[in-house]
Amino acid sequence: MDRRQAARCRIPAVIPGAAVNTEALIVTSPTGVNVELAIAGPGSRSYAFIIDWHIRILLALTWILGATLVQFGVVFLQVKSMGPAAVITLAPAAAIYFLYHPLVELAMRGQTPGKRMAGVRVTNRIGGTPSSLAVLIRNAFRLIDCLPAFYGVGLVMTIFSAQRVRLGDLAAGTLLVHDGATESKALSQLGSWSLNPNLDASTLALGNDLLLRWNDLHPERRRDLSRDLLRRIDTASGSAGDPRNIEALDDKGLRQRLRASLSGHAP
Amino acid sequence: MSQNLRTPSWLAQRSALWSRLGESLLTWRRGRLSRQDALKALEGYRVLARDVASARKALPGSPITAALETLYASLHAVVNREPRHTRASLRHLYAVEIPATVQELKPYLLGVWLLFALSTAAGWLLIHTWPSLVDLVASPAMIQHVEHGELWTDGLLNITPSSLLSVRIFTNNIVVTIFACVAGIFYGLGTFYVIANNGLMLGGVFAFTRIHGLDGDLLKFIFAHGTVELSMICLGGAAGVALGESLIRPKLASRRDSLQQCTARIARLFAALIPLLIICGLIEGFVSPDTAIGWPIRIFLGLANLALMFAVLSGRFFRSAAAA
Repeated sequence: MDRRQAARCRIPAVIPGAAVNTEALIVTSPTGVNVELAIAGPGSRSYAFIIDWHIRILLALTWILGATLVQFGVVFLQVKSMGPAAVITLAPAAAIYFLYHPLVELAMRGQTPGKRMAGVRVTNRIGGTPSSLAVLIRNAFRLIDCLPAFYGVGLVMTIFSAQRVRLGDLAAGTLLVHDGATESKALSQLGSWSLNPNLDASTLALGNDLLLRWNDLHPERRRDLSRDLLRRIDTASGSAGDPRNIEALDDKGLRQRLRASLSGHAP
Repeated sequence: MSQNLRTPSWLAQRSALWSRLGESLLTWRRGRLSRQDALKALEGYRVLARDVASARKALPGSPITAALETLYASLHAVVNREPRHTRASLRHLYAVEIPATVQELKPYLLGVWLLFALSTAAGWLLIHTWPSLVDLVASPAMIQHVEHGELWTDGLLNITPSSLLSVRIFTNNIVVTIFACVAGIFYGLGTFYVIANNGLMLGGVFAFTRIHGLDGDLLKFIFAHGTVELSMICLGGAAGVALGESLIRPKLASRRDSLQQCTARIARLFAALIPLLIICGLIEGFVSPDTAIGWPIRIFLGLANLALMFAVLSGRFFRSAAAA
């Protein structure tokens, strides 16, 4: 190994740093652009847990009913007299119920259907996907977090700890962050966005945001907003026509006109 | 960048790339990345970092910027995903990491064994002196059986099949061992409670069966599985004490970092503990309650199980397998 190679070996790897406050995990990326992940609070956690709890209960019950029906033709459960049949009926159901979280989180890399629906995911302290070991550790600590009942310790920890973590997360070095599902929706619609090159960026962003949220807004409010915006676009492009034309447009017409103006195909 | 004129054209140029990245991300998130995909992800991550920086400047607070930031954060998670070398990692785990962890835990293990032995002796002494206190360490059904001159394990196989019994037993043992470990997070006090409680119960039950002349039968019942089972619970307890010590006397800058480092180290131990506890559960379900099986087979099984435990925990079993 020559001196140059030796010197290269001594160059430390760029390890991303991270700062955590009560609201967000801010990761310093080697690219120089920080990643900010909003930390999920006890509400999102509980919501995700309740969904997952329903899923595992349903799965376990479905198994019990299915196995019992297959074996006996009737839904009838009497453990002591069933002998080996009880193994086939109850053991997998118990496994589904108790191993749901560790297995699903391992398979989905820190996600579960409940977490996905609640828009949260588990990350490590540098914003990456947690390792299998970390996932297993955070699940092993559920034994403590669920004490004395209804996740009492875990809930108290998530309310009072600085980063809204339960004991399992503290031990495994993981965090629960918001997944940005709404933002992802915006991104998926980016291809269909209207980008009139004659308009400034803020007008474009505002207009497209309005179109994106059209159905969520109150009809009267969205009509007012779109009229204001259309006037602004007309003024900016120097094609200010009769303002009564805009006033006369109905809900559907306003939407079409706004889309056309934003894409530069306005009449 | 001139915000007024060039931003839309920049958006138009880049939006196709972002859409492609978003689509690829769905695949990258799910499974293992090929070398080509990994390079693509890295390239996309770098390119996107520039775009996020530009968007933050040109369109602060806009949905486009928020969407890009989300995409960037998701790509960041993919890029910073730990590699999986399952087979090599497993070999290293059993041949190197677990034996090293057991070596580190030896002083704690000694302490936990001592605590277990002392609490067993205390339990014995307590029930031997005041037999009426037996309901502190045994259930009413157990007491009733012993008072009628038989162990509660007699005829167990007539009630529950061995397979179900085994599953129930090893599940319970695994939960107790994990609990003995994770309870160490309360500065080691939780582990102290679990180990002392188990010792007290064992000693108390032995004293109670001795009063009724059944202690020999109880020893016969537990010998084949008990040696390894109790060792595993004590090893779990030793891991819990180490966890507690990482909080009481942190070796790193903060207690949180120290706890995380310690947990990551001791968690590997359970890759050995759980299979051994499953074997113990199978012996306890199929062999121990069977009164037709005599002492020689029980002694042989107990010693073989003990030898297997030492081979697994010392790493010899896996080193010799790798060498072969």
